[in-house]
Amino acid sequence: MSTPEVSVIKMYAAREEIYPREIKGRYATLRWLCVWLTQLVFYGLPWLQWNDRQALLFDLGARKFYIFGIVLWPQDFIYLAVLLIICAYGLFLVTAVAGRVWCGFACPQTVYTEIFMWIERQVEGTRSARMRLDKQPWGIDKLWRKSAKHLAWGAVALWTGLTFVGYFTPVRSLIGAVASLGLGPWEWFWILFYSLATYGNAGWMREQVCKYMCPYARFQSSMFDKDTLIITYDTDRGEPRGPRSKTAAATASVAAANAQGDCIDCSMCVQVCPTGIDIRDGLQYECIGCAACVDACNSVMAKIDLPAGLIRYSTDHAISKKWSFKQMQARVLRPRVLIYTAILALIVTAFFTSLFMRTPLKMDVIRDRGSMGREVEEGMIENVYRLQIMNTDEISHHFKISVHGIDGIALASADELDLEGTGSRAVPVRVRIPAGEGRSGSNKISFTLVATDHDSQQVTEKAVFFVPRGAGHDDHDKKHDDH
Amino acid sequence: MADFTSGFWNIFITVLTLLGVFGCGLLLWAQSRQQIVVKPGADGEVGTTGHVWDENLTELNTPMPRWWMWLFYITIVFGLVYLYLYPGLGSYAGKLGWTSTGEYAEELKKADAEYGPLFDGFVKQDLKTVAADPKAHAIGERLFLTYCSQCHGSDAHGSKGFPNLTDKDWLYGGDPETIKTTLLHGRNGIMPPMGAALGSEKDVENVAQYVLSLSDSTSDPIKRVLGQSKFAVCAACHGADAKGNQALGSPNLTDKIWLYGGSADTIMETIRKGRNNVMPAFKDFLGEAKVHVLAAYVWSLSNDPVAQK
Repeated sequence: MSTPEVSVIKMYAAREEIYPREIKGRYATLRWLCVWLTQLVFYGLPWLQWNDRQALLFDLGARKFYIFGIVLWPQDFIYLAVLLIICAYGLFLVTAVAGRVWCGFACPQTVYTEIFMWIERQVEGTRSARMRLDKQPWGIDKLWRKSAKHLAWGAVALWTGLTFVGYFTPVRSLIGAVASLGLGPWEWFWILFYSLATYGNAGWMREQVCKYMCPYARFQSSMFDKDTLIITYDTDRGEPRGPRSKTAAATASVAAANAQGDCIDCSMCVQVCPTGIDIRDGLQYECIGCAACVDACNSVMAKIDLPAGLIRYSTDHAISKKWSFKQMQARVLRPRVLIYTAILALIVTAFFTSLFMRTPLKMDVIRDRGSMGREVEEGMIENVYRLQIMNTDEISHHFKISVHGIDGIALASADELDLEGTGSRAVPVRVRIPAGEGRSGSNKISFTLVATDHDSQQVTEKAVFFVPRGAGHDDHDKKHDDH
Repeated sequence: MADFTSGFWNIFITVLTLLGVFGCGLLLWAQSRQQIVVKPGADGEVGTTGHVWDENLTELNTPMPRWWMWLFYITIVFGLVYLYLYPGLGSYAGKLGWTSTGEYAEELKKADAEYGPLFDGFVKQDLKTVAADPKAHAIGERLFLTYCSQCHGSDAHGSKGFPNLTDKDWLYGGDPETIKTTLLHGRNGIMPPMGAALGSEKDVENVAQYVLSLSDSTSDPIKRVLGQSKFAVCAACHGADAKGNQALGSPNLTDKIWLYGGSADTIMETIRKGRNNVMPAFKDFLGEAKVHVLAAYVWSLSNDPVAQK
């Protein structure tokens, strides 16, 4: 590298356009596979149907979240929190083992940039053609190419925005509403907002999102250690770099060949880099681990009959200690990775167990605050409660309410009700205990709600029964004898 | 808007806000023109700001992207547009005239437009017909739990001072139309303090015993006879037969239903100090249509609407 000199800069610098060269290779193929996979899922999922409704629909207005056979309510928000924790731990684990593979292969920013760059290549041509085009003065050719590119980008972005909103408003009716311009203001806002974000981020911002905006790109360096897979340039093998001719390599003396490193300084690795860095300078924060430079270098090495892997996935330790692949592999199962795996496995197990064992029925017990306990006929004590009953199943059920906790405790109001699927209802209930039962003050009781047509669907909620002073036992006269 | 007693504070806040906004703009403009001299670091590699923390942490002197500066300018423009359109500068109400109460009224209007036709349908029907409609019953129940249960209880059985709505004992009458009138215009039930009118504390006790005897509750045989002679004062409202008067809202004293309690002590307190009871009017708050559905629901609590239809 040339020695940097004293220079004068501004506090805000203009972006330097990056023209990544197209590259084919093992990792490029893998990335395209990820593009297809993630986008088939993203664009396809809203169109799936499940029992006459959209299989995946987050109905914010009705506060119901349909996920295939499951209907979640706002009360189930814990599942979303746990899901996010799982995602976070998943990223921790993957990053500790393999570095920024998420960034390089599956992150939406990378995936959409890949799609947008493909469109760009179709319209504007290769890297050198694109650079030439940008330098050209405006003319017919430049105008139509640029317009065509932005139109195509806009179309993809709009479809992405529509699909995104399709997760929240039934996508089939959404398409019709768009065609007739009959959307609500918020649907318009989110479709346009998400489209604009896609267009801006994948078309214009690109590597700047990773460099300046993405928090994950910044904090994942704390998950790196010297055994984390990174894209590395084998300095010992490559340096001193410089051009060589095939004839010179064939005829030169052994000494001359040894003095020359394997790197021929063709700069292919720099040209393909989507973030515009030179991987030969070592690990840099801009590197998203996309391995485009690995593909580029391997293709060059193949042409000049040198072994592949001058730039490769390796670890800090493996490079500095010249470990074999096996030795490097042995370091994968280190404490950090094992702990991440254990925690992740635990949370995932808990998540799915809880999700599939949950009862599609909820009940909140609210004691009437207006009256404490009141005396009714034959000296019985009565308390009033409001049961907020939520049938989170998709079909209607017949329910029976029962109450326990004090001898002779019973409901004095209707104890059966019907509730339609995903319905909710507040039911006032009166609970009575015979004279002389319970102790003065509060008594612990519980309500049980059972779906009579489906015994396994039942919930029990705790509550408090209040007996006025003098009407029940005294505090020291607790009824422990019969329980 | 008279939020401030002095006009000075309006100006103070306006000036402070605008100075803040323009100050930010000025700072940004000055910064973007500033030139920084970057010297190579000690190892001849990268320029840093020269700050060192914790012995070896240094800060790279990397300029921010220029679009970031434009984002800052956009926020300033956004802020100024916002302050022009919405209230924010002292007592200036904003070009759009937005207020939180206005927004509430707007949402209320939208809700009325959405649910209005449903309630209008019910209002055209006879109260007993509405009471027999299961859909109206469900709406009535929700309305009751929201607006009435605080006093009358979720089960409408009331509590001390708040009448039970599920028995057939009505202070002002229990036919559907009267219930609706009660809900629309409210009621104010007054039992005047009668201690002085009756005479001595002894008289109050005697009358209380007589009142107890009216509903065949346990009473003192001598005192109740003494009290009977004084009851004429009470009969003005409660009637000579003590069965009350629904036109006045005076309760029937011959049943065992007590609004404030039926013990001798409580009855004496009621006679001595009087009672003042208010049922608020709901006409302006809920509107007639909702009250209509609510009245039908309350009536159905002590009647079988399907059988009476």
